[in-house]
Amino acid sequence: MSAAPAPGATSAGAPLAGAPLIRAENLSRVISGEVPATLITGANLSVDAGAFIAITGPSGSGKSSLLYLLGLLDLPTTGEVYVEGRATSRLSEDARAALRLEKLGFVFQFHFLLPEFTALDNVLLPMRARGRLKPQAMDERAHALLAALGLEDHGRKRPDQLSGGQRQRVAIARALANDPAVLLADEPTGNLDTHSTEQVFAILRRLVDEERRAVVIVTHDLALAARADRQVRVVDGRIVEGVDEGVP
Amino acid sequence: MSARFNLAFSIALTHVRSRVRQTLVGVLGVATGVGFSVMMAALMEGSQRDFITQLVDALPHILVSDEHRAPSPQPAEERYDAAVIQGLTTKAIRPGIKNPYAIMAAISGWVDGAVAPSVQAKAVVRFAGRDRTASVIGVDPKREGQVSKLPTQIRHGTLEDLYRASNAIILGDGLAGKLGARTGNVVAVTGGTGQVLLCTVVAFSHTGVASADDSQAYMLVKTAQILAGQTGLVNEIRVKAQDVMSAREIAARIEAETGYKSVSWQEAHEDLLSAFEIRNLIMYMVVGAILLVASFGTYNIISTITHEKTRDIAILKSLGLPEALVRTIFVLEGLVIGLTGTLLGFALGYTLSLAMGQVEIKSPFMDATHLPIFYSPTHYALAAAVALTASLVAAYLPARKAASLQPVDIIRGAS
Repeated sequence: MSAAPAPGATSAGAPLAGAPLIRAENLSRVISGEVPATLITGANLSVDAGAFIAITGPSGSGKSSLLYLLGLLDLPTTGEVYVEGRATSRLSEDARAALRLEKLGFVFQFHFLLPEFTALDNVLLPMRARGRLKPQAMDERAHALLAALGLEDHGRKRPDQLSGGQRQRVAIARALANDPAVLLADEPTGNLDTHSTEQVFAILRRLVDEERRAVVIVTHDLALAARADRQVRVVDGRIVEGVDEGVP
Repeated sequence: MSARFNLAFSIALTHVRSRVRQTLVGVLGVATGVGFSVMMAALMEGSQRDFITQLVDALPHILVSDEHRAPSPQPAEERYDAAVIQGLTTKAIRPGIKNPYAIMAAISGWVDGAVAPSVQAKAVVRFAGRDRTASVIGVDPKREGQVSKLPTQIRHGTLEDLYRASNAIILGDGLAGKLGARTGNVVAVTGGTGQVLLCTVVAFSHTGVASADDSQAYMLVKTAQILAGQTGLVNEIRVKAQDVMSAREIAARIEAETGYKSVSWQEAHEDLLSAFEIRNLIMYMVVGAILLVASFGTYNIISTITHEKTRDIAILKSLGLPEALVRTIFVLEGLVIGLTGTLLGFALGYTLSLAMGQVEIKSPFMDATHLPIFYSPTHYALAAAVALTASLVAAYLPARKAASLQPVDIIRGAS
C-alpha cells in the first residue's frame, strides 16, 4: 500500500480544483420491463479525498446499485455522476471504461480474480491494460503492492491456492494497481471470517488515513459501518440517512 | 497499443491452455480439415497434371491433316448463284497433303519446335493363320523422336530398326501377342487397295494404353505409301512446340497459312479440359466444405469459452478494459486454435499425400502405376487462408457478443 504512485498515473489526491472526486446528482436508476423496477431514486452524494463512507441498508435496498452508478459500471436513468468535476453520463462506453481504469478501483464481495492467473498477474492486469509503465516498473509496483498487503510470498499462487482473506487482499492490491483516487468496495468482507474482516478493514482504514484516498464500501455489517467516517443508509432506493445536504 | 495486445494475447493463450480438451478438439478439427484439404488438392491436381502430361506427351502437340474445316466449294457453286448438287461420292483414298515437304519447311521456318511427316493407312495383318486389323502409321524415324515419345516406347529393338529390313514393321505388343508374332517373323500386311506386303517384325511398341497397343503398327513413310498405293502420300504433319501452351495459336496460324485442318492438343481434348474445370470447381467446393465444417468446431469452442468466461469478461470490463481489447482476446483465441490446427494440418496433409502416393493402381487397360500426387505450396497457402479466415469469423461472432456484455448485469447476478 505504501507503494509509490505510478509514474504517469493520476495522483490519488489530485482532483480538478475544488471538485469532489465523485459527485452524484439526483441519481435515479429504473430497469425497464413489463413492470419497471426502481433501483435508486433521487440520490445525491459527494465523495471527497480522504472520505471513508459506508453505505448500508437492507438487502435489495439499492446500495450496490448506488455503488455501481458511482463507479460508472451502470448508467443512471436520470441525474448525473461527475468524476473530478466531469459529467460522465454522455461519455462513450470506452471513455467511461478509461475513467474506471485510471481513476477508480473496485473490490467485490467475491474477489473476482481471474482464476487461471497468479496473484501477481491479477495485480499486473490493470497496469498492463493502461500501458503507461514499462514492464519492469509494473512488476516492481505489483510486488510492492502485494508486500504492502502482506502477500509478498503469495505472488506466484493462483486464487484457488489462497485463503478467502488473501484473495480479497489480492483484489485490493489489483484495485490499487493504477493508483486510483477512489476505492469502491461492494461487501468486501461479506465472505470473510472475523480475523480476515479485521485485516481488510484495517487496510481500507490505512488507505484513507495514510494515503488520503477516498473509500466507499457497501456493507451489511453495521458494526463495521460504524467505524467508517460517514454512514449513508439506503432504503427502497432512497438515501434516508447521511443525505448530502450540500448537493443540490 | 502493443502492451495491450500483449495483454490480450497472454489472456487468450492462458484461456486456451487452461481448457486442454476443448482446445485439442478445436485444433484437431482444423487440422483434419486442413490436412484432408491439402491431400485432396494434391491428389486432384496430381491426377489432372498426370493426365494432361500423358495427353500432351502421347501425341504431337499439333496434327495437320489432309482435311479442311469446311468442304471445298463445287465449281458449279462458284459459277452460279444457285446450284443443286446431287450424287456426290467421297473418294476411296485419302487425298494427302499437297507439297507436304514444302509446307513442313515453311512451318519449320517460324515454329520453335520440330516437324515430322506421317502416313496413316488401314490394313489387315496376317500371321500364322491369324488376321488382325491394324492402323499402320508411316513414320520418319529420324524426325519422329522429335515430335513424339515413340522411340522410348519401342521394346526388343529401336525405331531405327525400321531401316534394317526392306519392309520392316514394328507391331504394338498387344497386336503381336494376338498374332503370336515375334521379332524376325514375317507377317503379311494387306492395305486398303489390296496391296500386300510381306513385312519383317523388327520390334514391338508399348504405349501402356491397351487400345493403342492392340491395334497399331509402325513402318517407314515410304513403305506405308506403298501399302496405301499412293506414292508421295503424306496425310499428317506432326508438330511439337517448345512451348506446349502455345499449340493453339500455332495451329491457328498453320491452318490460316496452309488451309489444312490443324488441331492442337487443347482442341483435340477440349471436352476433357472443360471437364477438368468442372472437376476443379467441385474440388474447391469440397475443400471449402471441409474447412467450413472445421470452422463450426472453432465457433463452438470460442462460444463455449466466452460463455464460461462471462464472469471474467465482466471483471475485465469493470476494471476498465475497453470493448475492443476484450474482443481481441477472444478473436486471438480463435486464431491461436486456427493457426495451431493449420500447422498440424500441414503435417497431416503432407503425410497423407505421401501415403496416398504409395498406393498402387492396377488396371487391365494400363500399366500398374501409383496415385499421382502434386505437391504445391499453393495448396497449403489456400487451405491456411480458408482455415484462418474461417477461424477468424468463427471467433469474431462470439467475441463481439462477449465484448458487448454489460459488466453490471453479470456482477449483479454473481453477487
